Amino acid sequence: MNAVYPILKRELRSYFASPLAYVILVVFQSISALFFLLYLKGLLHLQFDPSFHLFRGELNLNNVVVIPYFDTMSIVLLFIIPLITMRSLADERTSHTAELLFTSPIKLRDIILGKYLAALILLIIMLFLSSLNIIVLTVHGNPDLGAVFSSYLGLLLLGASFLSIGIFASSLSSSQLVSAIIAFGILLVLWLIGASSDTESSILGYISLINHFENFGKGIIELKDLAYYFSMIYIGLFLTHVALDSERWR
Amino acid sequence: MINDKQPLINSLDKNCSAVILLKSVHMGSFSPRGISFVNLRVLTAMIHVQNVSKHFGDLVAVDNISFQLEKGDVLGFLGPNGAGKTTTMRIITGYMPPTKGKVHVADVDIFEDPLTAKSHIGYLPENPPLYEEMIVTDYLDFVADIKKVPINEKKGRIHYVMEKCGIFDVGKRIIGHLSKGYRQRIGIAQALINDPSVLVLDEPTNGLDPRQIIEIRKLIKGLSGDRTIILSTHILPEVTMICSKVVIINEGKIVLEESLKRLSQKASDVENILLKTKYQGDEVREKILSIPNVSDIRSGPTNELIIQPKKGVDIREEVSELVIQNKWGLLELHPVAHNLEEVFLKVISSAGN
Ligand SMILES: Nc1ncnc2c1ncn2[C@@H]1O[C@H](COP(=O)(O)OP(=O)(O)O)[C@@H](O)[C@H]1O
Ligand SMILES: [Mg+2]
Repeated sequence: MNAVYPILKRELRSYFASPLAYVILVVFQSISALFFLLYLKGLLHLQFDPSFHLFRGELNLNNVVVIPYFDTMSIVLLFIIPLITMRSLADERTSHTAELLFTSPIKLRDIILGKYLAALILLIIMLFLSSLNIIVLTVHGNPDLGAVFSSYLGLLLLGASFLSIGIFASSLSSSQLVSAIIAFGILLVLWLIGASSDTESSILGYISLINHFENFGKGIIELKDLAYYFSMIYIGLFLTHVALDSERWR
Repeated sequence: MINDKQPLINSLDKNCSAVILLKSVHMGSFSPRGISFVNLRVLTAMIHVQNVSKHFGDLVAVDNISFQLEKGDVLGFLGPNGAGKTTTMRIITGYMPPTKGKVHVADVDIFEDPLTAKSHIGYLPENPPLYEEMIVTDYLDFVADIKKVPINEKKGRIHYVMEKCGIFDVGKRIIGHLSKGYRQRIGIAQALINDPSVLVLDEPTNGLDPRQIIEIRKLIKGLSGDRTIILSTHILPEVTMICSKVVIINEGKIVLEESLKRLSQKASDVENILLKTKYQGDEVREKILSIPNVSDIRSGPTNELIIQPKKGVDIREEVSELVIQNKWGLLELHPVAHNLEEVFLKVISSAGN
């Protein structure tokens, strides 16, 4: 039997045994609903504002609500994901269970994968709940569903990359707070180097997490963007493996 | 060939002479141990530690230690705090690799084939590895899963270890709410869940109250049998009570290694004599010290004298004659055995010099 499943199961249970997971879900849901209403209200205002008369063609649900909404969500994830991953490995140290895990006949790879997948499931639940906002849109309007779908895929991939980096940060410290700060720091840097060099052709622009997110908002799913996020996830998990291995090799 | 060797091995095993490895003696060049090592290898040692060292930066936490244990051995791994016990146990269980040396568990190299070697081991770390938020049965179920206990045996194993460790009545409680004694039992229960042939217990009675200590010791005693157990402690009587062998470690080095029977024999080998006389002048001391076979003399707590003879010599007759000749008035004269405590302290302090 593979060890990924028991690790994943325990990890998910422990998320929901503490109030933290519920707090995160509620906060994320509230913030996303709030921004959604804000953008929707903005659209109504603009439509009745005579000075925007000439741009009426541009003032559709997609440009004024859907795209800004997903952009905002991506930034909210930047803040929330370090809170999801901070305990992942840091906690195993403080509760001394690291010694149980690392002396059990299971591979380090399976431990990391189990933990990662548990965090991913929490992310999926989070995104699923927030999709209620969009469902409201489809009842009363007609957003570009293709763009909505690809935006969700983009958000999921972006979040999945954040998680992988967050778990790496968690492997570096035994303090939850420190690991959350490290995760946030790394994510912010990866984000900012994109803002400072927005051409994708430059190396920094390519590394940037956010540059690869833009296409998804326009309803475009490109292989290079998928490849980028999957390699981000792989690199994060690989570095976690290296960190955990070398810590004991010191 | 093998038949030829067997009796030799057995005799070596039984009569394995007391091997005292003081600081000055080099493990590698200590030939009697070398011979027994070669022969006992045929008997498949359950734990075989070979020239293991561990450095943390400049600090040498474990310094070239070697020992081996067979099926059924219960080893007391004794040493003061910071001696390197936990580090050694972490290396044996595959938690961290040694800087130098090799460890075999059930004849499998723990770093060449960690998954196979680890499947033979049950390990109670210094702090029991517990998930505070889980209930006890869920926790044991999880440990059974990651220890690869087959699904159809899982329920039975959980039942067995809960009964063995006396944690049935807290099965549905949250671990974080339980007392230290219970937590330690749960720690031992998780170590037993895969029915390990090698059990490594790091200070299993540390931090418990006296009643709990007695219970845990009884529990550990009941676990021996076919299992090979290593148990670390800095409390000497624990070793006398539970163990069949002892390794004393200090500052990362083995300073003494032998069977407990040998150790107690050795303790009584050098028997001190307690003498109490009516007359207690200084000349008593001086005259006794002038007996050729007396090596030292000191005052006991209630004005009696403790006389230390030279090794293996019985001086009672000489002393009693002296007392009677001088009419000092003999009140008491009897041997006092070194207790293990004294041996322990002596070994450690002589290694420290
Ligand atoms: N991870 C570590 N990093 C640095 N030093 C360590 C580490 N673990 C143990 N030590 C040091 O190694 C020595 C032996 O420690 P330990 O094995 O825990 O001793 P014991 O268990 O006998 O009390 C101590 O001086 C301790 O400070
Ligand atoms: Mg210790």
